Amino acid sequence: MSLVAALIAHPLGRLSLQSLPFWQMLQDPSKDNLINGCIATTAAAIVVIGAVVLVALITRYRKWRVLWSEWLTSADHKKIGIMYVVLALVMLARALIEAWLMRAQQAFGLHGGFLSPEHFSELFSTHGTIMIFFMAMPFLTGLINYVMPLQIGARDVSFPVLNSVSLGLTAAGAALVMISLVVGKFSTGGWFGYPPYTEASFNPGEGPDYWIWALTLSSLGSTFTGINFAVTIYKERAPGMWLRRMPLFTWTALCTSILMIFAMPPLTVATAQLALDRYLHFHFFTNGMGGNLMHFANLFWLFGHPEVYILILPAFGVYSEVVSTFSTKALFGYRSLVLATMGIAVLSFTVWLHHFFTMGQNVDINAYFGIASMLIGIPTGVKVYDWMWTMFRGRVRFTVPMIYSIGFILLFVLGGMSGIILANPSVDYQVHNTVFLVAHFHNVAVPGVLFGMIAGYHFWFPKAFGFRLDERWGKLSAWCWIWGFMLAFFPLYGLGLEGLPRRSVAYTERAYVPMEIVAFIGAFLVIAALAALLVQLWVSVRDRDRNRVTAGDPWDGRSLEWATSAPPPEYNFAQLPVVTERDAFTVAKEQGTAYRAARRYVDIEVPRHSALGPIIAAVGFAAAFGLTWHIWWLVLAATLALIGAMIVRGFARDLEKSIPAWQVQAEQEAWLQSVAATASVTRAQEASAANRGLARHEEIAGVIP
Amino acid sequence: MSQPVARHPGLNLGGAHGSTDAAAERLMFGFWVFLMSDAILFGMVFASYVTSLDARAGGPGPHDLYDIRSVFIETLLLLCSSFTFGMASLALKYQHSTRRLVGWLGVTLLLGMGFLGLEIHDFLSMIAKGGSASRSGFLSAFFDLVPLHGAHVTAGCIWLVCLVAQIARFGVDHWVKLGILRLALFWHFLDIIWIAIFSVVYLAGLT
Repeated sequence: MSLVAALIAHPLGRLSLQSLPFWQMLQDPSKDNLINGCIATTAAAIVVIGAVVLVALITRYRKWRVLWSEWLTSADHKKIGIMYVVLALVMLARALIEAWLMRAQQAFGLHGGFLSPEHFSELFSTHGTIMIFFMAMPFLTGLINYVMPLQIGARDVSFPVLNSVSLGLTAAGAALVMISLVVGKFSTGGWFGYPPYTEASFNPGEGPDYWIWALTLSSLGSTFTGINFAVTIYKERAPGMWLRRMPLFTWTALCTSILMIFAMPPLTVATAQLALDRYLHFHFFTNGMGGNLMHFANLFWLFGHPEVYILILPAFGVYSEVVSTFSTKALFGYRSLVLATMGIAVLSFTVWLHHFFTMGQNVDINAYFGIASMLIGIPTGVKVYDWMWTMFRGRVRFTVPMIYSIGFILLFVLGGMSGIILANPSVDYQVHNTVFLVAHFHNVAVPGVLFGMIAGYHFWFPKAFGFRLDERWGKLSAWCWIWGFMLAFFPLYGLGLEGLPRRSVAYTERAYVPMEIVAFIGAFLVIAALAALLVQLWVSVRDRDRNRVTAGDPWDGRSLEWATSAPPPEYNFAQLPVVTERDAFTVAKEQGTAYRAARRYVDIEVPRHSALGPIIAAVGFAAAFGLTWHIWWLVLAATLALIGAMIVRGFARDLEKSIPAWQVQAEQEAWLQSVAATASVTRAQEASAANRGLARHEEIAGVIP
Repeated sequence: MSQPVARHPGLNLGGAHGSTDAAAERLMFGFWVFLMSDAILFGMVFASYVTSLDARAGGPGPHDLYDIRSVFIETLLLLCSSFTFGMASLALKYQHSTRRLVGWLGVTLLLGMGFLGLEIHDFLSMIAKGGSASRSGFLSAFFDLVPLHGAHVTAGCIWLVCLVAQIARFGVDHWVKLGILRLALFWHFLDIIWIAIFSVVYLAGLT
């Protein structure tokens, strides 16, 4: 009865005018409140205006139907992949602006600065949460979604509608983080949200709840993604595509998927238990009553460390493809790269404790985890040598993805070295909780993960959209990223050794100022890099007719995704390829079997579109929003809708549509005719307008076979 | 897909079911992988329970709260339901009458619901004895682990009802068969989890 009374008295739960970002500054217009209120209100306005403009544009150009029926409800792995990457880029923009704001605060942070401590804490919490869960994860999931089925010669992933549901769950989580800019405040507990600080007794507000439900949605989505990708790789490979013939990107996708399957559940348990503590007064991680925060630390990092490799392995896969393709050489040490990838995946589960060396374990335990952490340097080192040997005496071209790859190799080795330093518990005791650590993990995350994702974006963009990205703006962006990164983070190593604690909103040591200013300049360069990426996209779309690569193979590619048109048809291949060796497309080009008409055209079954994904996104978002704000009727309605949607889906029959053989034949023959009419180009002409996506095979003198 | 494919572990429908048997390969493999992930979920919650055994904060412990007779009956009900589901699977595989299939599924549902009823009764009596989840870290962990299994059984029961409804609507068609195959795995998986709960929580707790 009290529940019913509460529902009537507070239909909007704890939502009130005070949840608006400008309310506090109107009530109490002090200088601090005005500055923080204006920044928060501007951010909220950007979200609201952005949404309104988007809706207006879609309405103006009458694109709602196209958006719904060709994109949101699509079960095509290629479209889902593109939507993941779009989501990642939007979230990247927000998190980078937050990073710039934090650097600005610290540059002026001697005795104060302009941000309030709460505002600064919100910034590093959302920045970390977004970069991990809503930038890096969607980016790599998008790339794998697009590329992996093509690389193994499949028509789609094993469970196409589940794929769309995963996207929906991730997007709902991202939407929750975005709406936290407009109503209420996000968590101030960092991206790993340690209790007891995030418990209701210290943080009764909506912040930690936003964090909990955003992560829960995203981790469920990632679990399903992992299952989907792993089953696809095991079950959908084209004839002859044995495991040991798979392109390395697919190998890394497999290892990442296995990590997702095993590493996401601990996160789900950690956030669920924290939610039980906060909502139903359980005592998992509370102070007293038998709660123990160490359980959270263990669960979270049991997820958190494998997560690091979930992020980096696909990037390693991209570098492997890029380095091999742009050196016109088969990958050096394929077998060792596969073994190293598997080795890293296994070791990643044995090192989680190095995230809290200083939290009270005995020396032997710390020593074990320290040694295990250092061991990861071995397979990673193997990979670095393999990439260098791949370039050795190759026909290396300094295209944009290659610049990122070389930047990665140089910078990542430095980041890895600082990781080895931190893996020593006695050193960790000295520098833990300083910005030295911040420098280290950005040193592996930015040149490692982010450069890899952007390199992959440049590498496969022509395949997805049928035209190349502008090289000049791309190179400018790459150099801004590289220099911006170095200026922004190398000073932090020094600052950390001098003792600057991480997450400091302000400091009193004058000697920190010069390094902070250098880092701030780096932040400007990184923003410039993002701007250059956006300009590049705009310029490339504008000039798309000059850079079309319909024939589908702009880089003299080696694996099967290059063997079909750009963009590929919905069914990927008119006839499933038969694989006889590694680097299947290079082999086909050398043997003259590429660009052949199918022997026989047959009807092809592709998955029908389904509204399940967007429906689950909507009810998932509604349930999470209701839980965050204690709007119980919304939670109930959304939960019932969720169960109802799954039950109704169970009654769906006729889940596939058939593309008739004549249509497949017509599309394939039209493409083959356009290929026949295309002039092939040498690698020297690769970046010029002459490149229409047909590569001329070149013998390269001096290559070690 | 031209080469002969390995058969998925567990009960196979066999060639008499034609394309459904072939389609089961991918789907069942996927479901096995999902169960692996779910097993990790349970593993984490088990770990959380085992490490919280002493975190009673002065509150009641296993001897004060657990009722082994009731739990033993629950165990019997669940084990029997796994047997009856096995009979349903055989009725499906050997294409016995739909009536027999639905009959075994119905018995399974009743046993499952009996299990849930007794379990809820147990929880309520524990709470009446002062053993609610918010009493201590130990009880929090208990009420995370055991009801998580119960929630899975509830989901299984809803799924079962939906499948019977699909049989009423479509007959024992392609998708119903694939649904029953997966639910069977799910049901037996929950049985194994329950054996672990029975041993780790109740037997070990009361020794």
